[in-house]
Amino acid sequence: MSNYSTNEFRSGLKVMLDGDPCSILDNELVKPGKGQAFNRVKLRNLNTGRVLDKTFKSGEQLEAADVMDTDMQYLYTDGDFWYFMEPESFEQHQADEKAVGDALPWLSEQDMVVVTLFNGAPLSVTPPNHVELEIVETDPGLRGDTAQGGSKPAKLVTGAVVKVPLFLDQGEIVRVDTRTGEYQGRVSAK
Amino acid sequence: MLKQWQPGASLATLRQRSRVLAQLRDFFQQRQVMEVDVPLLSRATVTDLNIDSIHTINPNPSANPRTSDPAYLQTSPEYFMKRLLASGSGDIYSLGKAFRSAESGHRHNPEFTMLEWYRCGWDEHQLMDEVVELVATLVPDIAVRRCSYGDLFIQHLEVDPHRIELVELQSMAVSASSEAWAHETRGNCLDLLFTVLIEPRLEEGLVLVYDYPSCQSALAQCAEDSQGRRISRRFEAFLNRVELANGYCELTDVAEQTARFAEDQRLRQQSGKAAIAADQHLLAAMQAGLPDSAGVAMGVDRLIMQLQGADSIDQVMPFSWDRC
Repeated sequence: MSNYSTNEFRSGLKVMLDGDPCSILDNELVKPGKGQAFNRVKLRNLNTGRVLDKTFKSGEQLEAADVMDTDMQYLYTDGDFWYFMEPESFEQHQADEKAVGDALPWLSEQDMVVVTLFNGAPLSVTPPNHVELEIVETDPGLRGDTAQGGSKPAKLVTGAVVKVPLFLDQGEIVRVDTRTGEYQGRVSAK
Repeated sequence: MLKQWQPGASLATLRQRSRVLAQLRDFFQQRQVMEVDVPLLSRATVTDLNIDSIHTINPNPSANPRTSDPAYLQTSPEYFMKRLLASGSGDIYSLGKAFRSAESGHRHNPEFTMLEWYRCGWDEHQLMDEVVELVATLVPDIAVRRCSYGDLFIQHLEVDPHRIELVELQSMAVSASSEAWAHETRGNCLDLLFTVLIEPRLEEGLVLVYDYPSCQSALAQCAEDSQGRRISRRFEAFLNRVELANGYCELTDVAEQTARFAEDQRLRQQSGKAAIAADQHLLAAMQAGLPDSAGVAMGVDRLIMQLQGADSIDQVMPFSWDRC
């Protein structure tokens, strides 16, 4: 792989740091008037998700990380692995629980997701920002309660539990923001 | 890209900028300091290891062989101003542009506005007082702290920056950054530690730091402090933890100046940088006699950033480099 110098560091660039792939979030030039320039860089470790602050000498280089974000379709799980397919090539990838991680409560079969590949293997899975899922379990809806506030827990078909307004019923489809886990609205009754 | 035709600063900020420039000129006019508008383009430039000048190219060398000399955009008006001092100008100031290659970021722009002034017969402490007075005309209730460079290192890092061994300094720099600092020079390691570990912990308001290490003397006189440590008579001003100004009790000894230029050349060669000829006009002026003086340079864009509470230099300039 090629190397990147500090002056090429841009937000989104993927580099290797201490053996882990990292994504650069921010790169700030620091230069005392008479002194040597250096760069204060914010990176996200793509393995652990942790955000790091590092100071580099200007001109220092980091190896590029072989990291690629690829659109894939979620197929199924056998309990140990989750299977994804590239729609153009039909190539399949299996991801372990660590890679699927936070995306797990939002995965429903046939949905398109972004799979981040590191050296060709799934490193993480990012669901779409918004998903539409069916309520499979909740207290009976309170008819006519559309104006009041108030909410109740509802279990969705993927297993996620979100807070929904009191008037919603089992079998209805709701739209949820996967980044916050918040209910966005009713899509339609089944 | 299409939106970049607009200025980075709002019209309200541009109006404040215009007022600040007028206030600065008024400050010096009231004190009978003469404004000088020295050249921005010169055949000579600084030799500092860590300051890169922008230079021009000859568009048509065959037709204009005489103009094939390199010409440099000035990184500060210092050399021209010292030639005026040596000619008997008395107290002078310059409020104009300065240029530094490849310096671009939230606090840097390759072209920026610099205020630089010289006071004949003053030392650096008198000039620090005047820096406080100038900033106080713009920020009337500013909190001010003065502290020596050595005391700041002892306060925050518990080491004496003037006496610490180089290897110990390098290992501190490695912990603060990376292995790349294991063989760095004393000056560069000190800069890293100061900027990364001390600057963010400075007080709000105006902090004046004086008695810099002798290895960072640039064009300042060197001396011994009360504890017998070799220091340079240099100071820096920080406004809300942002480097704002750099001042010296000016070096007047031409032999010492010649030796420092030669040392710059050695360091440039060591780092694989192109050699730059020393400014012979400056040396000749110093040979003729540079009066005892103190001088300071201040970043005007950064001053306006602090007045505005802006976090990017782009927000206080008509057009920063990304818009040019």
